[in-house]
Amino acid sequence: MKKLLILGAGTAGTMMANRMRKILARDEWDITIVDRFKTHYYQPGFLFIPFGIYQRNDVVKPKNDFFPIGVNVIYSKIEKIEATESKVLLAEGVVLSYDFLIIATGTRTAPEETPGLKDKLWYKEIFDFYTIEGAVALAGFFKTWQGGKLVVNIAELPYKCPVAPLEFVFYADAFFTERGMRNKVDITFVTPLSGAFTKPRATKMLGELLNDKNINIIPDFNIAEVDNDAKKIIDFGGSEINFDCLVSIPTNLGDKMIERSGLGDDMNFVPTDKHTLRSRDHENIFIIGDAANLPTSKAGSVAHFAAEILVENLICAIEKRPFTASFDGHANCYIETGFGKGTLIDFNYDTEPLPGSFPFPGIGPFGLLKISRMNHYGKMLFRWIYWHILLKGKEMPIDSEMQMAGKKL
Amino acid sequence: MKHFNINHLKIYNMATRTIAGVNVDVNEEGYLTDASQWTKEMAREIAKEEGIELTGKHMEVIDYIRTKVLSGEGLTIRGIGKSGVVDAKTFYQLFPGAPLKKATKISGVPKPVSCI
Repeated sequence: MKKLLILGAGTAGTMMANRMRKILARDEWDITIVDRFKTHYYQPGFLFIPFGIYQRNDVVKPKNDFFPIGVNVIYSKIEKIEATESKVLLAEGVVLSYDFLIIATGTRTAPEETPGLKDKLWYKEIFDFYTIEGAVALAGFFKTWQGGKLVVNIAELPYKCPVAPLEFVFYADAFFTERGMRNKVDITFVTPLSGAFTKPRATKMLGELLNDKNINIIPDFNIAEVDNDAKKIIDFGGSEINFDCLVSIPTNLGDKMIERSGLGDDMNFVPTDKHTLRSRDHENIFIIGDAANLPTSKAGSVAHFAAEILVENLICAIEKRPFTASFDGHANCYIETGFGKGTLIDFNYDTEPLPGSFPFPGIGPFGLLKISRMNHYGKMLFRWIYWHILLKGKEMPIDSEMQMAGKKL
Repeated sequence: MKHFNINHLKIYNMATRTIAGVNVDVNEEGYLTDASQWTKEMAREIAKEEGIELTGKHMEVIDYIRTKVLSGEGLTIRGIGKSGVVDAKTFYQLFPGAPLKKATKISGVPKPVSCI
């Protein structure tokens, strides 16, 4: 029997297990997936928890619900990949060998990278919302908060789901408006970028939206430390911003196992060919999702589009043929703008987000770089799609390759 | 992150200008588009425009940046801070305001792209 081993059973790993089990003959290929944790989190839902729209129960399901029959599932810590030996060491001396390895171990928040961030105010007046614990703690805090200076800070690039911090401040504006206390809450968005987003048109549109909603933006701020006593964040250049409540998007790093295996860059992301999705250093290792160092967004939509490419290229590698699929860095993000509306961006390595309609040219139903109720419904429907279609690797009416049809230059 | 893969550097707006008496190609933001045209004299002149008087420490950082970029590797503030050449705080003091943007401009290499 030949062996396909998948490390990480999050969005990307689970999709790959489902897709590959349909393709690879069961009497020829063993497929094994390894993860430390038994709970699958619907991470796009974390955003809604601080504002009381979702509860914990709305975003969790057992991972076991999403694996197909015929895949071996191991819940264990992964000690290390021994890439030159094509072996993976698990806890307690278990060794797995593989013919092909898919790394899908994602990214994690690392608040410990910023001095003072995870200190005495952590989960008291300083929160994150990229973990279930942080999102739930912040929900509790907002229930009784009397207002003050709310600072949302992105520590460092890259970070997961690049639009989520913007959605957070848009939601905060709506949340405090609806509670009749917006005049008591000063919202400031502090980012290491030079504007609201990276690409010109989206930055302009989202920057204007921040302005319309009376949300301050402080760009080019690279946080060096948090002063818990004076309640301020300080950047490397020495400038300081006071807060009453700090919501941090901490530094994102790849899994520690990647570092132990000597396979990562300086942030533990795995150097990956951005078109073929193969490891730059090892021919039988492929990387998908946030674990890769691809120059595109770290987001579920990217993993979803990359999965189609990876399936095709993995088959090419197994059959010793040249690669036939090439990933274009396609990302697609619904952006909640508050008050029951949303916008949408669609882009890839080379094309910035453009206005237009999606997914059907001229029809939509979703509007790109437009604010509409329909876009908001798209986001809310997405949870159902995620659990029932996307994770299970079923077909969706969206091309993995970004389409120019329907876009206006 | 590999920000400087030469294959995906698309230069749309090119111009030439004279720096330290030499004609070089620059983009619309004043970054050299051909790193091989760069000289230390140019670095001094670009630095002056950015309000920086180059010291030996600056030159060590510039050497590090050019070596990294020319070997096809990406640049991050984190990476520079852990390089052993300077720590992040000193890097900010050497190139105040927007250190990575200023330091790459002075080093004659492309401005790092934010990939999110």
